[in-house]
Amino acid sequence: MTVKKMFTAALIASITAATVYAEELKGRGASFPAPLYKVWTSEYYKATGIKVNYTPTGSGDGVKSIQKRMVDFAGSDKPLKQKELQKGKLHMFPTVVGSVVLAYNLDGVKDGELKLSRKAVAGIFDGTITHWDDPAITEHNAELTLPHAPITVAVRADKSGTTFNFTYFLNQIDQEIKVSKKPTWKAAKVIAGKSNSGVSANIQQIKNSIGYIEYSYKTKLGLAAAQIENREGQFITPTLESFQEAAKYATWKPENDFYAAIGDPAGATSYPIVAATFLLLPEEKNAANKKVTGFMEWAYANGDAAATELGYVPLPKETKDQIRAYWEAKGIR
Amino acid sequence: MGGKLFKNFSFLSATLSFFILIGIFAVLFQYAQAALHEFGIDFLYSESWEVDEDDEGGLFGGWIPIVGTLLSTLIAMAIAIPLAMGIAIFLTEIAHEKLVKPVSVAIELLAAIPSIIYGMWGLFYFAPIVQSTVGGDGVGLLTAGIVLAIMIIPFMAAITRDAMNTVPPVLKESAYAMGATTFEVVKDVVMPYAKGGIIGSIILALGRALGETMAVAFLIGSVMSIPSRITDPTTSIPVLLANNFAEAQDLEISAMYYLALILFVVSFALISLAKFYFFGRKTV
Repeated sequence: MTVKKMFTAALIASITAATVYAEELKGRGASFPAPLYKVWTSEYYKATGIKVNYTPTGSGDGVKSIQKRMVDFAGSDKPLKQKELQKGKLHMFPTVVGSVVLAYNLDGVKDGELKLSRKAVAGIFDGTITHWDDPAITEHNAELTLPHAPITVAVRADKSGTTFNFTYFLNQIDQEIKVSKKPTWKAAKVIAGKSNSGVSANIQQIKNSIGYIEYSYKTKLGLAAAQIENREGQFITPTLESFQEAAKYATWKPENDFYAAIGDPAGATSYPIVAATFLLLPEEKNAANKKVTGFMEWAYANGDAAATELGYVPLPKETKDQIRAYWEAKGIR
Repeated sequence: MGGKLFKNFSFLSATLSFFILIGIFAVLFQYAQAALHEFGIDFLYSESWEVDEDDEGGLFGGWIPIVGTLLSTLIAMAIAIPLAMGIAIFLTEIAHEKLVKPVSVAIELLAAIPSIIYGMWGLFYFAPIVQSTVGGDGVGLLTAGIVLAIMIIPFMAAITRDAMNTVPPVLKESAYAMGATTFEVVKDVVMPYAKGGIIGSIILALGRALGETMAVAFLIGSVMSIPSRITDPTTSIPVLLANNFAEAQDLEISAMYYLALILFVVSFALISLAKFYFFGRKTV
């Protein structure tokens, strides 16, 4: 074979390969569930041979790209309101539940030892509590010796669904704090980092700091995380059990496309900062949507173990059944 | 035939870079239009950077990142210039021949380290040192400035050394023969002769410090506030762009192009100023 022929053959092969690749499902958006989607998609590929490609670019980007119909599906941590769904002609449903923990770097205070009341959490993040020995913190931590040191608050530098979920919780305590993917923090000492790993690194490096991160980063990096006072006045350690308790109180309804931010749920044993993450589908693309729901159907049936292992909470069975009925009703199952 | 082809090719290459420069400027200018209309020149002085709840509009101003960029670059230059000059003088005039080679190689290797590695090293190793010696939170303006300085020193030192090596030995030898000390030779013979190269190295390093993104993003703290102390966290133009670009929409995107345009103009102005100053002196 001459060089020219080989070149032509290679060219044809690459074009054919490209068309085969075009058959795969493409999604992008929220980075919060990305570690789990990565496991789900690779196992789904092994099980069925169908390739699902998810790029974690952030919730905002996900919404933007599904509105422009650049992808088959999008992930968003922030549920879209009915008005926005209608405007964008989109379907929406939850996939899995995750949680946000408050990690800290305090000499001599181990994981789970620090107890933060609702008042203390709001105070630290709105700047009314500036030192670790503030009475609002010490009254519940009599057995700890907290330093008279200024609190450094570690937050996100980029827009983030994690921030949205955390400010949603803060807003339940203090209406003054706005729910936002990137609020202006009023705390006196603020350090911002890009993504969950950036915030985690800042907490690790800066003494007397506290910040909000996704649960899996806490376990992966062995950071210390606080017990948080829930709606019923109980101090709850962030564990998979307390997240599962919380997930039971989510009020998902198919009528409003499962719109629900489940931060600050009821229940004496519920961890208060939990949130679902969602998928968005374009209304008019039924064939592709059926493939996406096929993937999710598989994930609901076979993906719970992987979710638990990574620190996420699978949706309750009732919710999954409601979602299946929702797909049926919309004709995308 | 070959000669003509070569001439055309080199002409094309030279003009292409000019057109790319103009093209980039035009694109930045065009994309920044929405923000330019909305905020005008007030953008430069406004400290706000807030997106509306619905993600569609907001109030944006560039004062904080502009100040952050200039301050971190200033700190870096203040540290880097004397050190880089010292290195170059040591290598060309003072060091023993056997020492020159290994030190030069080490400095050149330092210049080859990708900026992300400086960022990681700075955050995990250097920031705690700064925190324990100077105070503050570890990450902030000072840490970013020092690490920036470390990043640009090898660059500056290598070019300065090359420039100093071009000084004809005859000149130096004559000065020594007249009884000049090493310091006097450096001050009155080497520095004036190599001035072009030295200023060139400072300009190039300045350009790199102004636009450095990754390392600074790790170290400056990325907080939208004017620093009141040198250890306070703040942000810079490239850091703000890198952190927010992926998620931004509409007006915020346009505001970021506005910032990029400012960075472009500031770097361009600084470099042309340095060049004109340098040419102005040379003709005298």
